[in-house]
Amino acid sequence: MSSRTLLGFSLAAVLTAGLIAAGCGGNGGQDELVIGEYGSLTGNDATFGTSTKDGVEIALAELRAQKMGKIGGLTVRVQVEDDQSKAEEAATVVQKLINQDRVVAVVGEVASSRSLAGGPICQNAGVPMISPSSTNPKVTQVGDYIFRMCFLDQFQGTVMARFTAQTLKLKKVAILKDSKSDYSVGLAQFFTEAFTSLGGSIITEQAYQSGDNDFRAQLTAIKAKHPDAIIVPGYYTEAGLIARQARELGLKQPLVGGDGWESEKLIEIGGEALNGCYYSNHWALDAPDPRLQAFLKTYRAKFNGDPDAIGGLAYDAANVLFGALEKLAEQDPQTFKGLASSKAGSDARKAAEKKLRDLVATTTSYPGVTGTITLDENRNATKPAVIIEIKDGKKTFNSSFNP
Amino acid sequence: MSEFLQQLVNGVTWGSVYALIALGYTMVYGILRLINFAHGDVYMLGAFFGYFAARFFNAASDPNPFKALLVLVSSMVACGLVGIVIERAAYKPVRRSSRLSALITAIGVSLLLENGGILLFGADPKFFPQIIPARNIALGNGVTISNQQIIILAVSLVLMFTLRFIVTQTRVGKAMQAVSFNPTAAALMGISVDRIVTFTFMIGSMLAAAAGVLVALQNPKIEPLMGIMPGLKAFVAAVLGGIGNIPGAVLGGLVMGIAEVLVVGYVSPTYRDAIAFVLLIVILLVRPAGILGRQTAEKV
Repeated sequence: MSSRTLLGFSLAAVLTAGLIAAGCGGNGGQDELVIGEYGSLTGNDATFGTSTKDGVEIALAELRAQKMGKIGGLTVRVQVEDDQSKAEEAATVVQKLINQDRVVAVVGEVASSRSLAGGPICQNAGVPMISPSSTNPKVTQVGDYIFRMCFLDQFQGTVMARFTAQTLKLKKVAILKDSKSDYSVGLAQFFTEAFTSLGGSIITEQAYQSGDNDFRAQLTAIKAKHPDAIIVPGYYTEAGLIARQARELGLKQPLVGGDGWESEKLIEIGGEALNGCYYSNHWALDAPDPRLQAFLKTYRAKFNGDPDAIGGLAYDAANVLFGALEKLAEQDPQTFKGLASSKAGSDARKAAEKKLRDLVATTTSYPGVTGTITLDENRNATKPAVIIEIKDGKKTFNSSFNP
Repeated sequence: MSEFLQQLVNGVTWGSVYALIALGYTMVYGILRLINFAHGDVYMLGAFFGYFAARFFNAASDPNPFKALLVLVSSMVACGLVGIVIERAAYKPVRRSSRLSALITAIGVSLLLENGGILLFGADPKFFPQIIPARNIALGNGVTISNQQIIILAVSLVLMFTLRFIVTQTRVGKAMQAVSFNPTAAALMGISVDRIVTFTFMIGSMLAAAAGVLVALQNPKIEPLMGIMPGLKAFVAAVLGGIGNIPGAVLGGLVMGIAEVLVVGYVSPTYRDAIAFVLLIVILLVRPAGILGRQTAEKV
């Protein structure tokens, strides 16, 4: 090796070391408590991410109003990252949250595929992750650091099946699912199991891929089989387009969907075509629950519109997390200090994360705006589901199903 | 049977969109021997200009055919201008260099438009307003077609015949043919090659804009990356019909549309995008000049 290359190498080594040092001490000086949040702020399912962000923002605003935004003497900061509605992007931003922002816990995602992309990274790093609204059972099976605030697709599929077979009294249905989404494939499967056990039959099952624009070929194939209803267990963008194209092809049957339909954009996309369609959801805005109505009042004052259930679940997720952090600060202030941003990567941090995980796992009868939350041993919440009917372009409460 | 006929109707309307985009590809290739990869992104711009025009003219709250036409024309004019700018700024400087530099420039312009679109319009999808409300027309036998599908088909045919008329019957069109045949000789005959090339790009971009607005009318989800796949597939359609050949582009587009719908309807939606490239491989193996293309002997 010539002396010049040697010089080059040593210069590079010095620079790298300098950069690493700078990176670690990035937000030194003042200790804070950083919470990460990742979601689809842009892309195909943009309202999922923005609603989640709004929900967390309200929880943080309330923390600021009540406790100066501090837990255990540390200022809470929420770092939000956009995954552009892509699973591969979700993995990248979760890496960034953990390695660069040194977050103590992560809130995210809505879409199960993206929760499944970020989950293993949180699990391996020992950072608790709360998914507000991913319903696919695989999400919390990733590991003991992953939690959720909502019901599971087994339950949701059963509710949709019971509603279709017993309330609507329809026996022959077609399914149009998104073959690229874990959520959609899972929900279609759970629906099929429950529906056939109730005596119904699936006469045809068609698929599309998220991002598709044209569903006429699949709908034409469905039309030829004359089903009583079409089950669309996908997300709102496609559901709205499917409704429109179905009506254009002369299909007048009701469409039945899951909580993936929950978005303020749904009606804008589907318009009149959605009238007489149903979907299962986590809440109905007209429920008389005082906690829900108080949250609605705050939300409307801040954002000038109605929240969707995704926002409500994110609000609950943030509050459960804040609650666990406060409990930790009270019960074990010594361990809690390990969560300060300057302690990132240390053994103290690891011990504190472990304690935090245990506290989140023991969440019992938490009074959330989306219902009472008790986490079971598999870190899932058990909650009732609501069926929403779309009438004259409005989402209205139809019925409620208990687990 | 009625299912099959309905699928054919779906395929023809889907294909007429590819045909419209393919026309622009084929025309630019016919004159310049340049594959304008930015064409699919001009189609995206067309949809967005239409979206803003529709909001500006308030075309959705009080839909009437006059306003819809106004939206279509303003989007075409805006994209025509964009086409001129792209040609002057990006392609003209490299016109005398190798064909490879022109191709790479085209890819560069395409990336610029896509990412510029994300910056300007945002990455989340927008929803094109219903400037013509959808109505069903029964064709008998359980087959239906919507008025929007008829409009797409009709506008595509009108534009194709107009284009054919311009190219074969007008002075500008004859000049375009001359430039296509031999630019140096055309210049010696007093034809301003620069102006003809710019004109070609303008027309091509206007066709892409029309396709953008028409598609958005039927499939209202528009986003900055919506042009990539249709652009690629329309290119395949142009090759399929015989690149450089105007009726060939339309034929290729229709074949592609029908093939795609039939694959989704009868095989599996997973192969929706694959079928385009299968067709491309088959046509390159069997008839490299395309269905209507002329086989020309290359001088060596």
